[in-house]
Amino acid sequence: MDPRAATSTIASIVPAVRAGKIRAREVADAYLERIAREDAALGCYVRVDAEGARRSADAVDAAVKAGRDPGPLAGVPLGIKDIFCTKGVETACASKILRGFVPPYESTVTARLAAAGAVSLGKLNMDEFAMGSSNENSAVGTVKNPWSLAHVPGGSSGGSAAAVAASLCVGATGTDTGGSIRQPASLCGVVGIKPTYGRVSRYGVIAFASSLDHPGPFARTVEDTATLLEVMAGADPLDATSVPQPVGAYAKAARAGRQSGSSLNGVRVGVPAEYFAAGMDPEVEAAVRGAHEELARAGATLVPVSLPHTRYAIATYYLVCTAEASSNLSRYDGVKYGARAADPKSLEELYARTRGEGFGREPKRRIMLGTYVLRAGYYEAYYGKALRARRKIADDFAAAFAKCDVLVTATSPVPAFKFGERMGDPLQMYLADVLTVAPNLAGIPALAQPCGFSTMGLPIGLQVMGPPLGEEACFRVAGAYESRTSWHEKRPPDVGGLK
Amino acid sequence: MTATPMHPKYEVVIGLEVHVQLATKSKIFSWSSTAFGAEPNTETDPVCLGMPGTLPVLNAAAVEAAVRLGLAAGCKIRPRCRFSRKHYFYPDLPKGFQISQFDEPICEGGAIKFRLHGEPHSVRLTRIHMEEDAGKNLHAAAGVSFVDYNRAGVPLCEIVSEPDVRSAEEAAEYVRAIRSLVRYLGIGDGNMEEGSLRCDANVSLRLHGETKLGTKAEIKNMNSFKNVRDAVEYEVKRQATLLDKGERIVQETRLWDASRGVTQSMRSKEQAHDYKYFPEPDLPPLVVDEAFLAKVRATQPPLPEELFIKYTTEQGLSPQDAGVLVADRATARYFDSSVSSGAPAKPAANWIINEVLARVSDPRDLEGDAVPVPAKNLAELVGCVQSGTLSSKQAKDVFAKMWAEKRTAGDIVKAEGLAQVSDAGALEEACKRVVAANPEEASRFKENPKLMGFFVGAVMKETGGKANPKAVNEILRRLLG
Amino acid sequence: MSGASRIKPEEVREIATLSRLRLSDEEVKALTQDLDSILGYVAELSALDMTGVEPMTHAVPFDCPLRADEVRPSLPLEEALANAPRREASFFQVPRIVPGPAGGGGEEDL
Repeated sequence: MDPRAATSTIASIVPAVRAGKIRAREVADAYLERIAREDAALGCYVRVDAEGARRSADAVDAAVKAGRDPGPLAGVPLGIKDIFCTKGVETACASKILRGFVPPYESTVTARLAAAGAVSLGKLNMDEFAMGSSNENSAVGTVKNPWSLAHVPGGSSGGSAAAVAASLCVGATGTDTGGSIRQPASLCGVVGIKPTYGRVSRYGVIAFASSLDHPGPFARTVEDTATLLEVMAGADPLDATSVPQPVGAYAKAARAGRQSGSSLNGVRVGVPAEYFAAGMDPEVEAAVRGAHEELARAGATLVPVSLPHTRYAIATYYLVCTAEASSNLSRYDGVKYGARAADPKSLEELYARTRGEGFGREPKRRIMLGTYVLRAGYYEAYYGKALRARRKIADDFAAAFAKCDVLVTATSPVPAFKFGERMGDPLQMYLADVLTVAPNLAGIPALAQPCGFSTMGLPIGLQVMGPPLGEEACFRVAGAYESRTSWHEKRPPDVGGLK
Repeated sequence: MTATPMHPKYEVVIGLEVHVQLATKSKIFSWSSTAFGAEPNTETDPVCLGMPGTLPVLNAAAVEAAVRLGLAAGCKIRPRCRFSRKHYFYPDLPKGFQISQFDEPICEGGAIKFRLHGEPHSVRLTRIHMEEDAGKNLHAAAGVSFVDYNRAGVPLCEIVSEPDVRSAEEAAEYVRAIRSLVRYLGIGDGNMEEGSLRCDANVSLRLHGETKLGTKAEIKNMNSFKNVRDAVEYEVKRQATLLDKGERIVQETRLWDASRGVTQSMRSKEQAHDYKYFPEPDLPPLVVDEAFLAKVRATQPPLPEELFIKYTTEQGLSPQDAGVLVADRATARYFDSSVSSGAPAKPAANWIINEVLARVSDPRDLEGDAVPVPAKNLAELVGCVQSGTLSSKQAKDVFAKMWAEKRTAGDIVKAEGLAQVSDAGALEEACKRVVAANPEEASRFKENPKLMGFFVGAVMKETGGKANPKAVNEILRRLLG
Repeated sequence: MSGASRIKPEEVREIATLSRLRLSDEEVKALTQDLDSILGYVAELSALDMTGVEPMTHAVPFDCPLRADEVRPSLPLEEALANAPRREASFFQVPRIVPGPAGGGGEEDL
């Protein structure tokens, strides 16, 4: 397969580049050209860094020529969610308040990807400060779902998912705080994983909710996703919450799952009753049940389980994440970086106007709620309660994983919705996260992969959850499912022909 | 303690919050240097600037210092403690919150012990916790202020006392005792003028015998021991005056203005703050286990009170002298060193208190290679006096020379023949013997003064060459007429 | 809206002040509605029996790691100030500060 093709994968690019059969520069140029042609209609990239991409690609080629090891991701073109601080390259989190911020340092994740020979094509659009499920909360334009320009790509990593789906990069980085990798992956028909909390370093990832933020990869295949995660993951002395255990052999697990004839004998797939509640789109439910049957045909045993505190997950999530967000966003004040109100007459005016003008509606809403719940006198009733509910939710998963190896559910209760459909009522938007927020609260790994299409042609996604540090189990099951289906091979229609 | 109350009508109730900067090499949550006095904004990094995406990583030395302090104060060290975020908006606080400790501080309880006018005092502590320092705001003219973040992230210990202090004098002594302790432990400079030791006082009054606490005012901006004393004295007077008039005390923060000698209410009350404390999500709970405690205990230096007891009971020093020696670890060490070099305790103490300390601006100048008279050299000088080689008066002059010229007593005594001077009696005898043994030359001396050379030579032979020629000359001239 | 509201515009304004957010009247109105709706929803947590349940503040099972007290080079001055919206000489510049609130630091006059 031509490494420059829209269907290229890490497996088709890296060996060819390492062997000198194709130059990384040619691959990068092909992708840059595709971006130039097609991204105007989609809006995935907030900043294309053609010069930087070419320089990186040339460096990979120089290494190959000199006989040096160019790395396990040699020449792989990636998009980087604009929440990862990239040294010398503007990083603005899709917010006006960080416009013009150029970090003097590099995030651990992007440093590791670059050291592995990957080529960053540019920074990807997102919901402002990672707050949102549709990429409609961006201060720098919306992102369209490549499967239908009238529909949202999901969020907050909407640009990442859409770019991978539209072949504007081979893989992308994202972050998942309440579903922001998995939900857009499912709405765009690609693969994404929220790893175990602390598995991937948060250093250089602009914080939304510190105890819930999880950086992770997107790609079009399970194996590519696993390969990217292996490079991104690992202990980091710059992150005190980073997990010290050695990184697992994720790509190997994915391949083992994919092996033709591989069976899932002995694998127990948990089906939590609470994840099939009313309100789910019947087509989504049908696709997910179909996936369960496919896994059973592969030899897995379906085990009904219960996660009784699921109904409290949204409330818990929105109390914890807004409290932490209101704290993390305190630093944006016009003093040290980013935007600043013009001609403030006093310090207080500097703060109030910089923040009032610089933050969009969703960040403001969450800051307000977070401030409310942390106020002296309200702490125990709201935040204190939420932290205890969180413990119960984590305990539910622990109990379930005593009975099964993975949990398989839907990711989003509905396929992609139309622009503007959910912007009127924030609570409606929040409730759609019901299937994704619990793993963030518990810190367990959860992967999303395509498992069907709606009659309208919009992707439907499956969610595979594992116990803490159980990414290998997720990749194995996901790899097996992928090898028995062909959803991941379908490509979105040509952008030009869409309406 | 039956000390005279500070005020005849009201009992003065004071609690103090003292912030101590820890002298670690790097900051509490990041790797940039804590060095004082650098050019503005040259000792910063993305973490202490609060840049987006940065994370705190805890400095082991800061934890060790806090534990050392807690153990020295007899605190209970929590086996597991937490960091919390304390939120407020202010330019010197880069993240908009300070990483501190709220409901689970590293140390609880304990007390600071010290002596005031020879009487022992013990002020109970509520807690000691770790936190990061903020940057510095500097006010320029014309409606702008400047911010320097060098200090942001320097580790602090906050020592919170129970309201046990009863006078301005005691308050100042309490702060002095903390300074001494911090320097003894080697964990900080305790320098109020440089800001490595800061103090806020909560002052309230109540009628003698009353158990309920009165309304307190928080006093800030006292940057010397004298300021602490003066500010508290002023505040007590201010509150007493108001209470006498039947007025109420307002619970507020007041700044001490040293130039005008008053405390001032912070005008245009700052905007509302709610600290919104919650556990710091970027730092898991901190565990301080028995092994860690044992290590710190094993390397804990002797403390002022221990040394005071040793000096007074074992070494027979007066409480006053012992008090001066233990006031600073450097002085105590110098004393211990001179004693272990052979000087008896009392004379060593006298020399240090009367001669050595007078010559240094900070006892810490006694440490290291720069001190002109190292402890062992002082011991040698004391030995000279003890053995009669030098009189005490001579010894004082010799010491002055030792200090000015960085020489040892032995060298000076030898070079200037001072030892020989003290043998004035013996020299006199030697000269007399020589004159008596040479009567012919003695009678011819008046006509032939050149004979002096003969006599000096004879005395030299007589004394085995050790006579001071100048002194001999003078004695012979006198004897020969 | 159902029954008594959980939050009134005055409290919303108070919170906006605490959060240092200048809001228009329209925003205050919209946020009052949003917060009321959300607070109504999260109130269901109060139905949960939490006796004896430890709060879960971190999703990691380990303790705080410690690092060695080692100094690494600071950011050069120009890099530290490069993103400053307003600077003067080697400082970040802000409007004149009125002597500040509780907490940390000290102020000095130049």
